[in-house]
Amino acid sequence: MTALVEMRDIDKSFPGVRALHRAQFDLQPGEVHALMGENGAGKSTLMKILSGVYSRDTGEILLNGKPVEIGSPRQAQHLGIGIIHQELALMRDLTAAQNIFIGREPRKLGGLMLDEQALNANAAEIFKSMHLKLDPRVLVETLTIAKQQMVEIAKALTYKSRVLIMDEPTAALNDAEINELFAIIRRLREDGVGVVYISHKMDEIKRISDRVTIMRDGEYVGTVPAADTPIETIISMMVGRKLAAETFEVPDTSAAPLALEVRNLNRGKEIRDVSFSIRKGEILGFAGLMGAGRTEVARAIFGADPLESGEILIDGQRLDIRSPKDAVRAGIGYLSEDRKHFGLATGLDVRNNIALATLSKFTNSLGIIDDEAMSSAAKTYIGQLAIKTPSDAQEARLLSGGNQQKVVIAKWLLRDCPILIFDEPTRGIDVGAKSEIYRLLNALAAQGRAIIMISSELPEVLRLSHRIAVMCEGRITGFLPGGASQEEIMRLATMRQSSVAGGKAEAA
Amino acid sequence: MTEANVAAKAGLFDNIRGSGAWHKLLAFSGLLALLVVFSLASPNFLQTQNIIAILQATSVNGVLAIAATLVIITGGIDLSVGTLMTFCAVITGVVLTYLGWPLPFGILAALLTGMLSGFISGFTIAKLKVPPFIATLGMMLILKGLSLVVSGTKPIYFNNTPGFSQISLGSVVGNVIPGLPIPNGVLILFVVAILISFVLGKTALGRYTFALGSNEEAVRLSGVNVDRWKIAVYALAGSVCGVAGLLIASRLNSAQPALGQGYELDAIAAVVIGGTSLSGGRGTVLGTLIGALIISVLANGLRILSVAQEWQTVVTGCIIILAVYADILRRRKL
Repeated sequence: MTALVEMRDIDKSFPGVRALHRAQFDLQPGEVHALMGENGAGKSTLMKILSGVYSRDTGEILLNGKPVEIGSPRQAQHLGIGIIHQELALMRDLTAAQNIFIGREPRKLGGLMLDEQALNANAAEIFKSMHLKLDPRVLVETLTIAKQQMVEIAKALTYKSRVLIMDEPTAALNDAEINELFAIIRRLREDGVGVVYISHKMDEIKRISDRVTIMRDGEYVGTVPAADTPIETIISMMVGRKLAAETFEVPDTSAAPLALEVRNLNRGKEIRDVSFSIRKGEILGFAGLMGAGRTEVARAIFGADPLESGEILIDGQRLDIRSPKDAVRAGIGYLSEDRKHFGLATGLDVRNNIALATLSKFTNSLGIIDDEAMSSAAKTYIGQLAIKTPSDAQEARLLSGGNQQKVVIAKWLLRDCPILIFDEPTRGIDVGAKSEIYRLLNALAAQGRAIIMISSELPEVLRLSHRIAVMCEGRITGFLPGGASQEEIMRLATMRQSSVAGGKAEAA
Repeated sequence: MTEANVAAKAGLFDNIRGSGAWHKLLAFSGLLALLVVFSLASPNFLQTQNIIAILQATSVNGVLAIAATLVIITGGIDLSVGTLMTFCAVITGVVLTYLGWPLPFGILAALLTGMLSGFISGFTIAKLKVPPFIATLGMMLILKGLSLVVSGTKPIYFNNTPGFSQISLGSVVGNVIPGLPIPNGVLILFVVAILISFVLGKTALGRYTFALGSNEEAVRLSGVNVDRWKIAVYALAGSVCGVAGLLIASRLNSAQPALGQGYELDAIAAVVIGGTSLSGGRGTVLGTLIGALIISVLANGLRILSVAQEWQTVVTGCIIILAVYADILRRRKL
């Protein structure tokens, strides 16, 4: 059987970086082919070449055995290659239907007018085929990220693509939505569509894909069958070394003084009577389903959103935190789940990002910045956290996800915050960098910092937390000791109000 | 907010963009409030004569603001609308007065000149990647200079073409309905508004105008020829400026080459008061029309109350800031 797609000896360089070197990939019709590798391994670059976003430097692409040139996204679409990008590429001010058919709107009156009715009807049909309940006329900006993702998928489906590339499609989806997506993928596979599936989630790869191709540092490592290759083998192919299993032990922090105490926080339906405390040197994990209110609690403590009632005590002192400025002054650092929007000034260089929260330390009385002092401070942290960057003057946006996260961590370390809140610290970060971030969190706790870690990945919560707070529908439904089981967490995470006696959670 | 709510809201306003509708409502009530205040303050204000004067005064700025709305929805800005209007008027003067060609050629000349200039701006922005602010700032100065060069720095009068002044001052409506002497200039403003509303709401060009301002990269990744559509929007805006050029020249019965600069800011002010977001992706012609009316009503009403011209400018400035602040307040509540 001729391969649907065959990519051979693909080279691609960007200024200063060799992104791909003799990369290769092949896709059979009716196959789900996973593409794995750490961030920066070149997966997305390779797929952007296949979908016409980038042009290759050398090498060849065969479609059904015939060499093709793919010069633009439009050309890729004509060749039957569709892609769902990792960063959602939607127009927020347009409706779902308008987004799906952008560039291919049904017309009437000889092409003069758009046929809005047909547009909405077509979109409704696709949603129906996806078993998705969504009004095609809804503005995309009012949708949740998961629903937006579904709109993206619907859009890709309408191209009748023979090759469909999905770049981390489940990053923002919950389990039910992932099941829907997988059902859609299976249907496509039956129709003979070749699906390229980029993901970091091992269990998904096992569930959905037929073959796995692994890349590392822009090069092809190997292709293995998904079903009978052990996860450890795939990981070691990705990182090029064996990952040592880290032993987990919970340090005894019961004698340490309280770093932060939160009493009866309330705001509408998002935060309901939330109380907890954390000691110095402790890692308190926050588990819960999406929308359980974990990020809302973190943002409220950090002063980013207002509170209706509640008290926040730091080192036993009651503080009135009204803005992030107050929080930072009180020694709280917050690392947002959305680095690109809230954590990192992507246009600034690494040095300035690290110094962003501490700029006054590097300015004299006239407000003039001492670049040298800033640079040397930045270099200290680049060394300490092993941030991979050519220099401290590199623009932050050019770093990989894991290294960007380290830059944000460095920012709060430089500020010397005794309380750090990590919101999804490893989202979008590859396996290798993840364990480095874990080591870092443990080291920070060992220094006596209090760490609140919000994570939607249960293994991550279980692996790191000394204690686990579980939230559901805005309230804390219970506390668990470190090393609890996933089942216990899930039981608390799904404990809705009706089943919580008196609406009050049992405290630890 | 639940999805059902959102859907209901989207259904209620149908094609109107949700928040734009609110802002328009706000702008509209502002306009009504002004009308009430001024009619209470002065019996002369609500006279038919005066209302028609207000509408006539709105026509030029209204048409220019509609041109600016198109560009601003794409997330761009056009600083050249004012001097382009003048340049189109001058070219029409050359065609009608110097060359002595018949009236339709003069009209066509204004529209084509506007379109060409818009095309050049659009090309500079889309293909050469010059930021819209810079590209149209350059265009503004180029056109200002060219108007003076072409006209020899002197006004061009349309005395050979008696029909020309009818474009703005005549009244087709008045001929049909004798009691309603609405000048053609106002009629043209409404026709342009309806046409551009149609383009924005019902055609592919309009869809891409919103899409570009919403997320240009997403449009590009959808396989749409982004550059071509962007140039088309600027060219369309340019021809609308050509209409404004005809209106102002016809009203003054002359092309005044020194006029024009400063009009772009009034136009942008009307757009902003009307609720179009300067960051692109949302906006309506109706909102812009209301914005332009607010500016003219203010000027007219304050003049009737004998408030000095200088103070009128101060008040307009305050209104712009208030309008945008009101929108921010509303967003915060949602």
